[in-house]
Amino acid sequence: MINNPPLKIGIASGKGGTGKTLLSTNLAAYLSLTQPTLLVDLDVEEPDDFLFVRGTTQSITDQYKMIPVWDEKACTLCGICSKTCKYHAVIQLGSIILVFKELCHSCYACSELCPAGALPMQKHKMGEIKTITSGNLTFIESRLNIGEEQAVPLIHQTHERVEKTHGDIPLQIFDCPPGTSCPVVASTRNVDFVVLVTEPTPFGLNDLRLAVETMKEIHKPVGVVINRYGIGNSDVEMYCREAGIPVLAKIRYDRRIAELYSNGQLVYDKIEDMQTSLDNIIKAIQNVVRKN
Amino acid sequence: MSSERINEIVILSGKGGTGKTSIAAAFSVLAGEEAVIADCDVDAANMHLLLKPDFAGSLDFFSGELAVLNQDVCIRCGKCADVCRFNAIPFIENQYTISPLDCEGCGYCEKVCPSFAIVMKERKSGKVYTSTIKTGGIMVHARLDIAAENSGKLVAKVKKDAKDLAKAGNKEYIIVDGSPGIGCPVVSSLSGANYVVLVTEPTMSGLHDLIRVYEVIKRFRIKAGCIINKSDVNEAQSREIKEFLLAEQIDHLADIPYDSAFSSAMIEGKTVVEIQSPRKAQVEEIWKQIKIITNKNNTI
Amino acid sequence: MKIAFTAAGTTWESMIDPRFGRTEFFIVYNDETQEVSVVDNSAVKNEAHGAGTATAQKIFEIKPDVLITGNGPGENAATALKQLNMKIFVNAHNMTIKEAYENYKNGKLQSL
Repeated sequence: MINNPPLKIGIASGKGGTGKTLLSTNLAAYLSLTQPTLLVDLDVEEPDDFLFVRGTTQSITDQYKMIPVWDEKACTLCGICSKTCKYHAVIQLGSIILVFKELCHSCYACSELCPAGALPMQKHKMGEIKTITSGNLTFIESRLNIGEEQAVPLIHQTHERVEKTHGDIPLQIFDCPPGTSCPVVASTRNVDFVVLVTEPTPFGLNDLRLAVETMKEIHKPVGVVINRYGIGNSDVEMYCREAGIPVLAKIRYDRRIAELYSNGQLVYDKIEDMQTSLDNIIKAIQNVVRKN
Repeated sequence: MSSERINEIVILSGKGGTGKTSIAAAFSVLAGEEAVIADCDVDAANMHLLLKPDFAGSLDFFSGELAVLNQDVCIRCGKCADVCRFNAIPFIENQYTISPLDCEGCGYCEKVCPSFAIVMKERKSGKVYTSTIKTGGIMVHARLDIAAENSGKLVAKVKKDAKDLAKAGNKEYIIVDGSPGIGCPVVSSLSGANYVVLVTEPTMSGLHDLIRVYEVIKRFRIKAGCIINKSDVNEAQSREIKEFLLAEQIDHLADIPYDSAFSSAMIEGKTVVEIQSPRKAQVEEIWKQIKIITNKNNTI
Repeated sequence: MKIAFTAAGTTWESMIDPRFGRTEFFIVYNDETQEVSVVDNSAVKNEAHGAGTATAQKIFEIKPDVLITGNGPGENAATALKQLNMKIFVNAHNMTIKEAYENYKNGKLQSL
């Protein structure tokens, strides 16, 4: 086991509400019945995997980004800082310099270009990483503070933490933020395989197409899970066939799933077909990754 | 009423998948030529699938900046790469190259380059469209390039174009399909609105996200109403949402039970008010109610 | 006394721009000299983020005693505006600049 790198699976979708959390939490809990498994919630702006995982909290660590802090005494009010900052995170109002932490991208330009050294960089808490264990399952939640605009640095830090302290867990599942922009790219960059969760409707297909294009851009192998199978039509399946994307599983629409989910309950041990679906997903991924 | 006084109604939901776009599209069909539609949910723009815009007018959209390096002038000193905190200037095959996916547009590299080889250029991030939709109404919408990000600027642009068209055409309403989350694009979707329609669902995360997004609405003192979609999936959660609405004086517009009519309509490329089901009359009734509320607010 | 309005146009009949950060213009009225001036803020259109703080910097240069707007400034802009000794009145959207001024004179606008 020691020499084998872990299998890293990203769970993503073109938009929210397709069943990403449902799949991530159930897949992780089910796999952890037979082997050590890691679940990482990278949807840092709206993390809600925690609603489905009950365990013991092992640690909570503050996560920081670097921001400039104004040193009034050293400042000569030359105005270079506010002209340098492209994000308007540093502004000058007469004899006062204001720094807006949430708008800051930590580029260091204002700090290092200040001729008076009046904007030293300091740590600013932007969120926290919580580690919870439950049997064979290790769960890591990464949460951005409300008002913070930059999700990407926290996602990078979370990946680093996982590599450093949990590299020995053979199976790793990353619940990624929805959408197709920078946070998703940051979340999926170092995974081996990306599962795209969609639903069999025109909205689902449209969002899936965008997600597939994004993953192509960063050269990730992908597979599709169709959630709420049966509520729509077969266009998603047709698209996957034509685009040569494997459909890993179809999770049939079942009102009981919606009800259990709304109460924060896992479904793999209560809905008959669910375990078969989860088995199929993991087997298919292992096959693809092995081939590569 | 002066022609400039337009009712701007924003449809929002803290989280995805609550049916926000389906409901916003249904209102758009009901409003017909009385309204201009603005799709500000550009991350997952889906409204066009139901409203069938013709994509007649299109314009490139730029947002933020990107460093561009001129290899002919570059002296390979590496100062740019040294200061870049985003590892966006790797040294590949004997030259420094900007990786657009990593560049955050901070402009630090441009400032330290001794040979002026780097310039900051506007970053193309997508297209904004002006269309006529199937009802004859007008819609402004956008499409983001791959890995490009929505921004307050893009939302402001879509809304501004919609407003100009509404003024020019003497329209009564602007219907805005708002952005998800609680960041800058949401603030931009909200500003200038007369009324917000929140669409939520009775799940634990539904209420959690509703409370978060309502904080933003409250800050801008905009009146709001709420539709609880799929209300029968969890009666207890539904009740909890209603208590929250009451406490915050948010209009409780309706409970919509789970109904496959929404997806049946969607598959035909239609909104729920264009096919026969009990939802048709219900959504028509909600839209009527919203018109009454917003017109009353406007005359005070 | 200098009164600044967030405005969607450049005349006394223009509508209030309900937005602070992304307002297109400021109309500035000095009620002692009865002078009216217009400050163009449309460059803010090009800002992807941080429009609120950019505009706060602009209003600092105008230094009005009173600001009249619609929704009110967002969180970041509000922090910046605290540095200015200025009264802020909100909820003037759907009014022309003229109407907003009259309502302000009659004490009908909500202060922040």
